[in-house]
Amino acid sequence: MSDTLTEQKPKSVKPPKQKKPASLWSDAWYDLRRSKVFIIAAVMIAVLVVMSIIPGLFSSVNAFDPSTCDLTKARQGVSGLHWFGTDNQGCDTYSRVIYGARISIMVGVFSTLVTTLIGGLLGLLAGFYGRWTDTILSRVAEIFFAIPSTLGALLILALVGRDNAGIWTVVLALSVLAWPMVLRIMRAAVMSAKSQDYVLAARALGAGPGRLMSRHILPNAVAPVIVVATMNMGVFIAAEAALSFLGVGIQSPDISWGLMIADARNRFLQAPEALLFPALFLSLTVLAFVMLGDAVRDALDPKLR
Amino acid sequence: MGRYVVRRLLQAIPVLLGTTFLIFTLVYWLPGDPIQALAGDRAVDPVFRATMREMFHLDDPLVVQYGYYIQGIFSGDFGTTFRGLPVSTIFEGKFQITLNLAMTALVIEAIVGIGLGLVAALRRGKATDTAILAFTLLLVSIPTLVSGFVLQLVLGLQLKTSTGIDFFPVAGTSAGWRSYLLPGIVLAGTSIAYLTRLTRTSLMETLRADYVRTAIAKGMPRRRVLGRHALRNSLIPLVTYLGADLGALMSGAVITETIFNLNGIGRQLVDSVYLSENSVVVGIVTVLVLIFIAANLIVDLLYAVLDPRIRYE
Repeated sequence: MSDTLTEQKPKSVKPPKQKKPASLWSDAWYDLRRSKVFIIAAVMIAVLVVMSIIPGLFSSVNAFDPSTCDLTKARQGVSGLHWFGTDNQGCDTYSRVIYGARISIMVGVFSTLVTTLIGGLLGLLAGFYGRWTDTILSRVAEIFFAIPSTLGALLILALVGRDNAGIWTVVLALSVLAWPMVLRIMRAAVMSAKSQDYVLAARALGAGPGRLMSRHILPNAVAPVIVVATMNMGVFIAAEAALSFLGVGIQSPDISWGLMIADARNRFLQAPEALLFPALFLSLTVLAFVMLGDAVRDALDPKLR
Repeated sequence: MGRYVVRRLLQAIPVLLGTTFLIFTLVYWLPGDPIQALAGDRAVDPVFRATMREMFHLDDPLVVQYGYYIQGIFSGDFGTTFRGLPVSTIFEGKFQITLNLAMTALVIEAIVGIGLGLVAALRRGKATDTAILAFTLLLVSIPTLVSGFVLQLVLGLQLKTSTGIDFFPVAGTSAGWRSYLLPGIVLAGTSIAYLTRLTRTSLMETLRADYVRTAIAKGMPRRRVLGRHALRNSLIPLVTYLGADLGALMSGAVITETIFNLNGIGRQLVDSVYLSENSVVVGIVTVLVLIFIAANLIVDLLYAVLDPRIRYE
């Protein structure tokens, strides 16, 4: 009996000794590395990012060069030469799909950045200072929040005009109406973090508002914002395609999957490939970001632990 | 309750005014002379220009213009286009089509979403549950832009050519309620996924509640526990979600209507964007935003009615 006891003792003591006090972040990262969904999503996104930076790696045809198109070979089906067939102008659909990744990824990333920065900062201020700062910011956010974002973006882009439309106007139009959602989430998280004991302790020790916000509140309130930001990325990418499809977003000669779908639309029944392949890539991209968001939420949400 | 309703209604007023003002400012701050646009490249007769500017209050400050506009909206007048056509005649019949479409989508969404969520919650952790969750992930990732064309091709045309079943019309509204089926499914797509997940979490939560355990312990049949105790209580967030979604579906119908050639308000919006008929664009967006806000307001109030545990002062 005594032997087994002495043997067991170091076993039961060891694990707490080795374990460092795990933060939410290291716990989340530990979970993420083991999540199949995360790994699949990360690989898909990595491929898409490489595709958008160096499209030449994936396609020997430069889709921006109109001389590669051959009108006599318009609307061909899938073949060894044209893996995804050709479109109305006889351009190679495969290379256009590859080159189209850049716009989607850029719109997704930059719209997310802009909304997260603006919404996050204003939400932090509203949650931290409360009172009239909160009242004003929340009311303004409410006004923007009441406009459905695709509809609002359509309106803004329609007014900007097709001549001025491009990737940055699309980013702007999407961001203008999407930041209030981030503000709301950040505000709620900051408000619950603000009254925690460690924040009160830091305040009692004489920490100023800047230090309180940056060192104590923000690290503990940013998790839900990160979850929403990752999920939004897919939403923005789908919205860009929708706006470009409606003719107010990205304009030719830029290449966007939404624009390719719009171009192939009228000959859809004769040459479905020209529409289905950009549609497939669009769905896969959105899927990758939705999966990433799902995995990140599972890892960061302490309620699910 | 009564006081809450009044307070909530009063709170909605600044949002309404702010939102409409925002839209109005966006449109009318833009450079360009709409009267000149009417005449194209030719010179405009100064008298005509003055009369038109007077008629459309173009020389008044923005706030005054907005005042005229909002005054018109409250009396059901959405203004006239610069070509002289009243905006409300353009609206005629089109709201009905969009509303039909949104309602069809809502019904499909409710049946499929709640059904799938129910099955997933009851089979929690099993293969069925995992499959349903994976399906919702897939559903969220397919934009209406993609599902619209794919379903049009597969259900609308290939089904017809291969089996002779002509059940899903692919365009227009000539086939009565059936014309709305395919676009309804497409429009409901993403919402189905959210509703499934919401139903699943909500039901799983209530299934864990003490009163459900008590009901099972006292020997109530499982079916009855589910129907009387669990489902009824988990329905509250679902109903409110559905209500709020009606507004979102109506404004989300733009793409679906364009793909399926439904002559609704969404397609009119796109057409007007092409024709630069700003007054129509503003009118449609304003009305859709009003519906969106009203739906959210009603849902907020409904929440208090449906769940007696929630008390507002």
